[in-house]
Amino acid sequence: MKGKRIRVLVAKPGLDGHDKGAKVVAQALRDAGMEVVYTGLHQTIDQIVNAAIQEDADVIGLSILSGAHVPLCEKLMRRLGEENLSHIMVVVGGVIPERDVQKLRDMGIEGVFPGGTNFEEFIRFIRENVK
Amino acid sequence: MGGATYVKNERGEIEKVILQSGVKVKPVYGPEDLADLDYERDLGNPGEYPFTRGIHPGMYRMRPWTMRQYAGFGTPYETNERFKLLIAHGQTGLNVAFDLPTQLGLDSNDPLAEGEVGRVGMAVDTLRDFEIAFADIPLDKIGTGLTINAVASIILAMFQATAEKYGFALDKVSATPQNDILKEMVSRGNWIFPVGPSIRLIGDTIEYSAKVMPRTNPVSVCGYHIRESGCTPAQEIAYAFEIAMTYIDHVLQRGMDIDDFAPRISFNLDIFGNIFEQVGKFRAARRLWAKLLKERYKAKNPRSMWLRGLFGGGGGGLTKQQPLNNIVRGAYYALISALSGTQTMALCSYDEAYTIPTPQAAIISLRTMQILLEEMGLRDTVDPLGGSYYVESLTNQMEERITEEMEKVEKMGGMAHAVEMGYIQREVAKQAYLYEKALQEGEVHKVGVNIYSEGEDEEEVQLHEYKPAAAEAQISSLNEVRRTRDKRKVVSTLRDLEKAARKGENLMPYLLQSVRAYATMGEMTRVFKEVYGEFKEPSIF
Repeated sequence: MKGKRIRVLVAKPGLDGHDKGAKVVAQALRDAGMEVVYTGLHQTIDQIVNAAIQEDADVIGLSILSGAHVPLCEKLMRRLGEENLSHIMVVVGGVIPERDVQKLRDMGIEGVFPGGTNFEEFIRFIRENVK
Repeated sequence: MGGATYVKNERGEIEKVILQSGVKVKPVYGPEDLADLDYERDLGNPGEYPFTRGIHPGMYRMRPWTMRQYAGFGTPYETNERFKLLIAHGQTGLNVAFDLPTQLGLDSNDPLAEGEVGRVGMAVDTLRDFEIAFADIPLDKIGTGLTINAVASIILAMFQATAEKYGFALDKVSATPQNDILKEMVSRGNWIFPVGPSIRLIGDTIEYSAKVMPRTNPVSVCGYHIRESGCTPAQEIAYAFEIAMTYIDHVLQRGMDIDDFAPRISFNLDIFGNIFEQVGKFRAARRLWAKLLKERYKAKNPRSMWLRGLFGGGGGGLTKQQPLNNIVRGAYYALISALSGTQTMALCSYDEAYTIPTPQAAIISLRTMQILLEEMGLRDTVDPLGGSYYVESLTNQMEERITEEMEKVEKMGGMAHAVEMGYIQREVAKQAYLYEKALQEGEVHKVGVNIYSEGEDEEEVQLHEYKPAAAEAQISSLNEVRRTRDKRKVVSTLRDLEKAARKGENLMPYLLQSVRAYATMGEMTRVFKEVYGEFKEPSIF
């Protein structure tokens, strides 16, 4: 990844309207030198996949607070597979109970960052793991 | 230290304290700080203009604050059970949580609703669901908050139809739909239609309920969610007031007199952070609102000048780490609420950093408020902090800060325009980022998060479980209603609704007809979408 700015799509899938976290993370990633696009609210998984293609995203960061993270992530990972976009790194943040973290990892979500995670931690994680 | 920024000297003593609203706190306050204070002009007795000390003369001696925990999940049957549980434990008001599909005007079988039906609130598709949720609830004795915004007009029609069906007189029932769309666009995110038509729909509910359901509070203007999204306490009040005035100005344009509807406008405001900043905020807000109504709007009825509100302990102050600490935080928030002269109190429960509350957690929140009421002497005397050098001084400074923030919004061209352009959203997001940075850098302290957090594994909290079966039950109930209703009636009432919407009539009577015909939430919302279009979120980055 050297020499190229990392492009991150911050996305709010589903109906949940709480996007303070998404906006805070978007600002933190931008301050860390990444290019950030925020989708806005009420996005379907298909809209997010299309935005990732259009923006040539290296990373998709989903923000989910409603509790629907498992079905939403399952759907995203399936759609990315169908579109041959498995090289895009997917991370998830929001209200994610500990017991669901492994479930999300097993789906291929690379990083799970519950609310309150230090900026430093996910910025480093993205830098080190992006393909 | 929480709600303020602290600067220490090399000996570790506190040198500077800066509250979130920007007020610098002095080490001590005295008579010189209140040299200009005029009791009659600036405070007044409780129940007297400018109502700084409270809107009623006797406050909690006359009537304790209403306790109104936010509740609702799954199907209307489950929600009805939770309502009855809370009422049996002494809760005195209801506050209904709706699931996200309902809040966004989608039927439970809509593909976009998948995974969300009944998750964060009760699912409502048709009047049938309201009839089930409110069965055996004494609607003439208990006020009902309805946390609904974009489709508040539809939900209010369902409430009216339900009250009528169960034989309650419409001048006895009291609903408080949240019905504040501008704060959805700024912070909570459950908007559907563009700004203009959304404000029109709010105008319809205000105009209609003044005539038909006079005890209904058609709008509960929310600073709460904007504060939870990151703005400062002074901005919270400033934005709430600018939003309220946007609705007021719209209704005045319809030719209503200010005193015919202003008394029923209420507020939903947030509590977390510094105790004294919060108390100063609420006292300043009460005084400022009274002045605005009297001076700007020429209200004559003192009730129009009352800032009535739910001052609620917010989730923003709660932490996922060491969750039991949130019970303690809730108790302090309840204390702040009582010291601030609230009408209604609600607390986020200790498990809400994870998900919606279990019954045990909801009861602890209720008991917290009851302990305060019954054991701690908060009913004894009105505005016990009134006259404190510090609190009065802070009240004055908070009023100045709020006024400054209001002027900024007015310079932007008013709240509706500022929201359409994303100005407010950008400011709130910026404040949220600054606060989060201050927290991560340790400038602001949070117990269990960046201080006293050592060696704590994540505690196991018993959580509310989402049951996918509830969604299936809800969809089959919707299908049953669709099968048995009079389809011609549905079609004809929806056609009338559309015609009225295009003509710009007050839509409440038409919604009532559609609701009574068991038209679905999705069907009615689709009519509005066709006529009004949808809100396009401004890009703020």
